[in-house]
Amino acid sequence: MTVGGGSVLGIPPSSEGYVLEARGLTKRYGSVIANKEVQFGVRRGEIVALLGENGAGKTTLMNMLFGMTAPDAGSVLIDGGPVRLQSPRDALALGIGMVHQHFMLVPPFTVAENIALGVEPSRRGILDLSDLEAQITALGRRFGIDIDPRALVKDLSVGQQQRVEIIKALYRGARVLILDEPTAVLTPQEADDLFKVLRGLAHEGTGIVFISHKLREVLDVAHRIVVMRRGAVAGEVLPRDATPESLASLMVGRDVLLRVEKAPSVPGNPVIVVRELVVNDDRRVRAVDGVSLSVRTGEIVGVAGVQGNGQTELVEAITGLRATQSGSLHLGERDLTRATVRERTDAGLAHIPEDRQRHGLVLPFTVAQNMILNRYYRLPFSRWMVMQAKAMRDQARDLVGRFDVRPANPEARVGSLSGGNKQKVIIARELSRDVRALVASQPTRGVDVGSVVFIHGALIAARDAGAAVLLVSAELDELLAVSDRILVMFRGRIVGEVEAATATREEIGLLMAGGVGRVIVPATN
Amino acid sequence: MTRGRFAFIIGCIGLLIGGAEVLRSPDVSASIVAASMLATMLRFATPLTLGALAGLLCERSGVANIAIEGMMLSAAFGAFLGAAVTKSLLIGVLAGMAVGVAMATLHAWLSVSLRVDQIVSGTVINIMAAGITGFLSTEVVRRQALVGAGLLPALRIPVLADLPVVGPVFQQQPIAWMALLLVPLTHLVIFHTPWGLRLRSVGELPRAAHAAGISVIRTRYTAVMIGGAIAGIGGAYFTLESVPAFEPLMTNGRGFIALAALIFGGWTPAGAWAASLLFGAANALHINAQQFGIPVPAQIVGMFPYLLTIVILAGVIGRVSPPAAVGTPYEAD
Ligand SMILES: Nc1ncnc2c1ncn2[C@@H]1O[C@H](COP(=O)(O)OP(=O)(O)O)[C@@H](O)[C@H]1O
Ligand SMILES: [Mg+2]
Repeated sequence: MTVGGGSVLGIPPSSEGYVLEARGLTKRYGSVIANKEVQFGVRRGEIVALLGENGAGKTTLMNMLFGMTAPDAGSVLIDGGPVRLQSPRDALALGIGMVHQHFMLVPPFTVAENIALGVEPSRRGILDLSDLEAQITALGRRFGIDIDPRALVKDLSVGQQQRVEIIKALYRGARVLILDEPTAVLTPQEADDLFKVLRGLAHEGTGIVFISHKLREVLDVAHRIVVMRRGAVAGEVLPRDATPESLASLMVGRDVLLRVEKAPSVPGNPVIVVRELVVNDDRRVRAVDGVSLSVRTGEIVGVAGVQGNGQTELVEAITGLRATQSGSLHLGERDLTRATVRERTDAGLAHIPEDRQRHGLVLPFTVAQNMILNRYYRLPFSRWMVMQAKAMRDQARDLVGRFDVRPANPEARVGSLSGGNKQKVIIARELSRDVRALVASQPTRGVDVGSVVFIHGALIAARDAGAAVLLVSAELDELLAVSDRILVMFRGRIVGEVEAATATREEIGLLMAGGVGRVIVPATN
Repeated sequence: MTRGRFAFIIGCIGLLIGGAEVLRSPDVSASIVAASMLATMLRFATPLTLGALAGLLCERSGVANIAIEGMMLSAAFGAFLGAAVTKSLLIGVLAGMAVGVAMATLHAWLSVSLRVDQIVSGTVINIMAAGITGFLSTEVVRRQALVGAGLLPALRIPVLADLPVVGPVFQQQPIAWMALLLVPLTHLVIFHTPWGLRLRSVGELPRAAHAAGISVIRTRYTAVMIGGAIAGIGGAYFTLESVPAFEPLMTNGRGFIALAALIFGGWTPAGAWAASLLFGAANALHINAQQFGIPVPAQIVGMFPYLLTIVILAGVIGRVSPPAAVGTPYEAD
């Protein structure tokens, strides 16, 4: 299964047989050195995983290999010969395809139109997509990717859109396929499907580079693993010589404890009490269909489920972002069913939203400003309706240190921070006050290993301080490691409950798929 | 543009013409009312259609265009001047187009290259157009006592132009014909050619276009400049087809109505055309009300299209969204 030489940690790899190679690539952004003399390469039929913390320079390296970003120094080689990539067009022409972290698909266009973009087939000047549509179907059949060429991209799920991106690259004749964090947005099932496709492609000779934060899948899928740290290649290992711990410490540069340490929970009185809640989604279809649950002080209740089974709507209803049709929500004794978001916040409800860019932060604002979004209207931040800059700055300086936000600059624009650090700003804001209940939705999506450890620690600390924590996540490992008990949602209902300490992935997986499960603990209403 | 929306607009036009028939005084014959409604509607719709198509090309590429008014006004002046100096109406039209392209190039340079806010850039052009044409019309036209070269003659389609009621449809001046021709042509280019696909991708998600190897900047420049040429033809209408003279501010807000027609028509050529006709029909009713003996105050009738615009923009018959990238300058990194 392994292609290439033996373990070469610390020793420069032989560049023999690379289809695509980076030699001494360097890129600066102002004072930041995003890439420092990076050596990297991929061979025919090889799957290389690129690992590294947020901000390590992975995307920058891939963008340079794809002609999207121009290097300051160094060169790109294809089949051993140096090439000048002035734009993605050049890279595409040389057989390099890229699936970006943020998809490059035009939502109101059809699949075929998106794939045609830039290489439009036409007859006498008129766009003619009929042959292309047939080719898409054929390519899809060959690689096990089922896609309707006439579907509008905006109607497709994230997983399907990604497949369109892959077909797009293949249609352009990609011999090397670069995927930037392809699984960050996928459900575990979709990720498995993706890897099936990637293995098939590698088998037919395509060289594949994929970036990921998920050590388990990297060890599963990659033939070779390259780790970046602070803009440079920190090492290169083969999966059989690596463990999640060894990879994590290579990424972070020190030993990392991946196992979540926590004492058994000591639950008290119910705090979040949801009864018979019914919530509609954006299309006014019932998404939450009579959910009852309760979370007690001092416990973390996880919610598992395949994406789109009502978890998002449930969280939005509890946090006040979405109207409820019927049912009730109490925080302790207090009825919050119709309360505004501010009333909920003042009642002690904290929220780490699923979409941190849209619901968690005001991206053009500074770190300091974002850290008071839930209390700017109160003393000491507002006095006689005037913002108190000093109070804001002092608090931000304190929180940036305590929550390890990097860079530790309260005046930095939040939009310029990496995903993990954005999330830390939210957590600092939400947890640095008296919190009775915390609703956290996908808190570690797309963040790097170091930040994951930190975020899990913060959730458990909140629990131990007496908060009731509701954790919604698509990552089963995360739910099993962090929660005390786990509820499973399927088609808008809670179909089972398991004890986290004894439950298995398989058991939860079965419940998530709508199978009948063993209910270990009776639902606590 | 949905079929329903298109049908709604056509229905409203029918309602206006039908309303004129119902309300006319018995002394005026039904066929005279219909014929003059049609003729006035088409005439009024011509600059609106051209202005809307100009805006459409621009906005579909992701550049907001509130400068249609300024482009048409300066082109109206350029067309007049060109024709007056050379005594050639054709050169007048070409001069109008050239001025339209020049103004559009300025808009593109400001908003695409310098990444000035597109609304600010559009405002700059509108103010500049009003100022410069006002100044030149007193300083050059009056002082030199320039007289216009007359109006473009109507082109008739034999036989059809002699039909009762619908006759006026087949007897129009060249720029009006050109507007009618440009509607399907723009549709074809935007929706059925490779360039049109690129244009729309640049207006929806420029990063995706860039990643597909398309030059966002060049595509936007091209679209804005072609739009400028079309706005230039629309401007020439005022001085070469409507009246053979230039007056300051003579476009009188019709660039903005063209923008409303563009939005109203859901950023599609057919929709923009239908909406232009609707504004034309409402205007026809407005200016003919007295002649037809219609017992409704003209001001009330004149309000109709604006009320409709509010109703439509409020989303009563379904929402259409503008191209997603309109208003955002593109910055490649
Ligand atoms: N367009 C840019 N402008 C300024 N700084 C950038 C830009 N792109 C990346 N950087 C910086 O370069 C470093 C590497 O970023 P990136 O390659 O995106 O990391 P990764 O993909 O590994 O998370 C980070 O410090 C980031 O802030
Ligand atoms: Mg990245």
